[in-house]
Amino acid sequence: MDQKLMLLGDEAIAQAAIDAGMSGIYAYPGTPSTEITEYVMQSKEARSGQIRAGWSTNEKTAMESALGMSYTGKRAMVCMKHVGLNVAADPFINSAITGANGGLIIVSADDPSMHSSQNEQDSRVLGKFALMPVLEPTNQQNAYDMVHYGFEMSEKLGVPVLMRITTRLAHSRAGVIRKESRKQNEINLPKDSGQFILLPAIARRQYKELLKKQEIFESWSLTSGFNVFTDGDNKSLGVITTGIAHNYLFENYPDRHIPYPVLKVAQYPVPKALVEKIYNSCDAILVLEEGYPILEESLRGFLNLGKTIHGRLDGTVPREGELNPNIVAVALGMEDTHGKDIPSIVASRPPSLCKGCPHIYSYNALTEALSKWSKGRVFSDIGCYTLGALDPFDAINTCVDMGASITMAKGAADAGLLPAVAVIGDSTFAHSGITGLIDCVKEKSQVTIMILDNETTAMTGGQDSSAFGRIEDICTGVGVSKDHIFVLNPSPKYHQENLAILKQELDYQGVSVIIPRRECIQTALKHIKENKKAESVPSEN
Amino acid sequence: MKRDIILAGVGGQGILSIATTIGAAALNTGLHLKQAEVHGMSQRGGDVSSNLRIADHEIASDLIPYGKADLIISVEPMESLRYLPLLSPGGWLITNTKPFINITDYPKMEDLMAEIENFGNHIALDADQVAKDLGSARSANMVILGAASPFLGIDFSELQDAVRRIFGRKGDEIVKLNLDALQAGRDYALAHKN
Ligand SMILES: Cc1ncc(C[n+]2csc(CCOP(=O)(O)OP(=O)(O)O)c2C)c(N)n1
Ligand code: SF4
Repeated sequence: MDQKLMLLGDEAIAQAAIDAGMSGIYAYPGTPSTEITEYVMQSKEARSGQIRAGWSTNEKTAMESALGMSYTGKRAMVCMKHVGLNVAADPFINSAITGANGGLIIVSADDPSMHSSQNEQDSRVLGKFALMPVLEPTNQQNAYDMVHYGFEMSEKLGVPVLMRITTRLAHSRAGVIRKESRKQNEINLPKDSGQFILLPAIARRQYKELLKKQEIFESWSLTSGFNVFTDGDNKSLGVITTGIAHNYLFENYPDRHIPYPVLKVAQYPVPKALVEKIYNSCDAILVLEEGYPILEESLRGFLNLGKTIHGRLDGTVPREGELNPNIVAVALGMEDTHGKDIPSIVASRPPSLCKGCPHIYSYNALTEALSKWSKGRVFSDIGCYTLGALDPFDAINTCVDMGASITMAKGAADAGLLPAVAVIGDSTFAHSGITGLIDCVKEKSQVTIMILDNETTAMTGGQDSSAFGRIEDICTGVGVSKDHIFVLNPSPKYHQENLAILKQELDYQGVSVIIPRRECIQTALKHIKENKKAESVPSEN
Repeated sequence: MKRDIILAGVGGQGILSIATTIGAAALNTGLHLKQAEVHGMSQRGGDVSSNLRIADHEIASDLIPYGKADLIISVEPMESLRYLPLLSPGGWLITNTKPFINITDYPKMEDLMAEIENFGNHIALDADQVAKDLGSARSANMVILGAASPFLGIDFSELQDAVRRIFGRKGDEIVKLNLDALQAGRDYALAHKN
């Protein structure tokens, strides 16, 4: 067991969940959380059917499924990127009130600096909103250990636990030592048969209990060993770090000897006793938070009348974006280091659609079909096809959150912008597009909806798409007329044909659905490779 | 001992194969290792980089501080320059000179080479050509790794062993092609590092 594995933070979480006797993992893909579920799916435990592992249609369905498994007494995990927690917010918040039965961990992966996201919201805020304990690992080993701890805590205290990670931890590899494996739980329904019935009378009682438990959560934060106070001789400053900010602090002291008292925070609620200790013994405090200035704000208080608190709010640390060793050096008054500047001839190289990508031909046809109308009427969504916003396409006007294409097009059509076009991927359609389509059908809105069906969730690496093989049925099922559902082949060969259909449907005064369908080049290549392998290697059984 | 390495390239060029080989060799010699990878959106023909840190002591940060990297190893010439702010004053730039042109404003090759030459410590070679001459066009990354090998602080034999372990499953011939590529890159670097 003491052999070190080189694991991504995501993989460390996945391996820990397997070792801790988890029975099921539910997720919707999203960078930087995707590799947790992928790792479990590839494990022998999942392939042999001992662990349920797979993709849900969206984060809300994933969260509820995991809660259902917890209800039965088994351990479950649900994983998502930070904005996914917004989608799952309803069951997430309410799960703190029902509480957990089998251990339940929600992993939310934040993306400060928005490497591949539309915002940099901090999941710790939602953890606090839900009054849930939050674990925020500082490194890969810590992430591994915290999953074991989180399941224990969840079961002993009867509460789901939020684990918040960020991109750097999720996608960085380091050595991890495993613990002993634990058997999965048997089915064992909640002792209190009302626990999961949130009728007001019960909800009020449960909510009171949740409030009462806050003190217990805090005492766990004090004794777990994850929050650590280390004294230092120089009391002119006390440094509080959260999550991986701690590593950047240490990076600036090669001998690992920090002159100041340091409070490392990795578990919430933050124990008051530890904060008091550092606050009372130091002249000023520097807060280094990977994310929003949450702790900093509460230390300052509304009027900021206490000791000097440095951090993101007074400009010692930039207000937004992820931290790095240099930012922390400057905050500590050390010298900034920098190599040569980037030569001016270095051009930027933004991501682009792959050569031959089906989306290219969907946009070519759409842009041409729309040429007789004014610009500004294409409401798009999130996926590879969002790159249609860039040169040379310049084909879309919006991208806000998953599913917003159809509903924003509806709102614009309601306002009189006719025709209004929605462009949405197949996975995004299943995730959050169907409900918007029902809104359109109900009011016969004049929207042309293009569902770009590349038969996969391409953006996040080619996970399967919940609506695969069912898109037309879903559309007719919610009431779109069969006469206004068209399947196109987005290839240069069919350009004229596709153009004619698009032009015709843009004129139609009702809901029409156009489905350009051709497999993503990347998954198609992967499938060819897999087939070749299957042919050359004799099957094992 | 520590080596902080920036790996650079374009999405799809497989820079992580270099990281994996260095990582395997480093772990085998009992060194500590941290490697921040890039996943997600930037994979589609955009620039990609990875921070690889090896040391004989525990490593704190996943990210290499600016101005402190010991090496940039790049499989594409323009990408090698993108990370200069991270490189320390005495650091080395090891790069492929074969351009990957998927943008319209790619700089002129002369200008690019002048910038690379302008940077003191550098090894620049057309790894694609070297690999092709060896009869294994696909091992250009191994040529680049070979060219970086004198600067890694890891015994060359450890790197060779790592290649044997990683490619072993694919048969002796593939192992040999990769070892030859590694050696060819190393020979070039040793002859040019003066
Ligand atoms: C709420 C939420 N969950 C997950 C993501 C991450 N994400 C972005 S696009 C996408 C899926 C795209 O799939 P699809 O709509 O089929 O388009 P494709 O990339 O295949 O073109 C995902 C999972 C997100 N941005 N927001
Ligand atoms: S990954 Fe697939 S969907 Fe995305 S750009 Fe490439 S071909 Fe298109």
